[in-house]
Amino acid sequence: MLKKIIFQFLASSLIFTYSAQSAESGGMPQLNPEFWISQIFWLVLTFGLLFIILSKFILPKISNNLETRKSQILENIETADKQREETEKKVKEFDKIINDTKVEAKNFFNSERQKVLDDINNKRLSLEKDIEKEIIKAEEEIDQLKKTSQEKVTKIAIETSSDLIKQLIGEDINKSSLSAIVEDLSKKEMEKHNGI
Amino acid sequence: MAANPMYQFNVYRIGPEIKINNIDISFTNASLFMVISSLAILIIFNLGTKRSIIPNKIQLLAELSYSFISKMISDTAGSKAKPYFSFIFSLFMFVLFCNMFGMIPYSFTVTSHIIVTFVLAAFIFVGVTIIGFIKHGLGYLKLFVPSGVPMVLLPLIVVIEIISYLSRPISLSVRLFANMMAGHTMMKVFGGFVVSLGIVGGWLPLGFSVALTGLEILVAFLQAYVFAILTCIYLNDALNLHH
Repeated sequence: MLKKIIFQFLASSLIFTYSAQSAESGGMPQLNPEFWISQIFWLVLTFGLLFIILSKFILPKISNNLETRKSQILENIETADKQREETEKKVKEFDKIINDTKVEAKNFFNSERQKVLDDINNKRLSLEKDIEKEIIKAEEEIDQLKKTSQEKVTKIAIETSSDLIKQLIGEDINKSSLSAIVEDLSKKEMEKHNGI
Repeated sequence: MAANPMYQFNVYRIGPEIKINNIDISFTNASLFMVISSLAILIIFNLGTKRSIIPNKIQLLAELSYSFISKMISDTAGSKAKPYFSFIFSLFMFVLFCNMFGMIPYSFTVTSHIIVTFVLAAFIFVGVTIIGFIKHGLGYLKLFVPSGVPMVLLPLIVVIEIISYLSRPISLSVRLFANMMAGHTMMKVFGGFVVSLGIVGGWLPLGFSVALTGLEILVAFLQAYVFAILTCIYLNDALNLHH
């Protein structure tokens, strides 16, 4: 309601002011031709000068600036691309070098290891051979010693027992029977030794 | 009579009367605001011509308006309209700055005078017509004969086309002048209400005034844009005969 009243008031006063004022001042000043020529003159002058100065001095500079910026940006992008490609290439080379060296190192290590292993094997084999030889030799010696020592012991036993009997009884006893007894005894002793 | 809403459109002499051959070309308030607008344009755009790769604010403004108008011309009139770029740029900037300076209280709106807008529109009309005849010779008259129209209707259509072509300067000038005058009158009227209704009832028209100011700034830009883009469209007709 209040809004309506205010609106009506506004509208009516608008119409009133319009009609009252246009009646007293004689309408629009735009239609008064007193200063038309002056306005046209100054419009042509100012707009003409504005157009000439803008088109001759200012706009070419702005368009030039825009052009140079555009070309510079394109150039920069180009160089950046080039440098990036170069970097990628360098990185690839670097990777390749690292890979190659790794492979080389591995190979070198492997071959050296093989060499060392072979060397060790060879030495061990030759040592084993030597040791076997020595063992065989020693076994032979031991065998011989075993044989000779038994015979010698029997001989000594026979001789000493014959000497003892001679001194005790004073007469010679048949050597062959004596040796049979000694052998029999020594066999028993040996069996006693070996049996345990 | 400060309350008269039409008072703001009065033109009065500033300084002495200048007469050449009995023709009065005195410097007036209208001339003053034409000079101020042109100088403002020149100063702003001259500041915007610094050669730096990263633009500062004013350079960005100049370059953005350059590409804005350049894009507008190439969109509506094609690449053939490139030679007329500086004219349309000056036209747009002149109308825009005159409109915008008119928004300052107690200033004068140059474009609210029919004679100013009509001279601009008439110049554009004559220029476009001359360009059309230079580019196409008498073939430019084909503009008035649209293709694919039945023979029976042709006389009528041609008359309508000719009338619409001849009314271009009038519609172009009246559109700008009427928009500016109506807007400023409205603002003055509502401003008058604020004073006459006082502290009690003045708040509503004050709110209207504030809203209208925003609207008028929009209209000031829009009308300059419309003026420039219609010029581009007329130029397009003259450069690329489409009909």
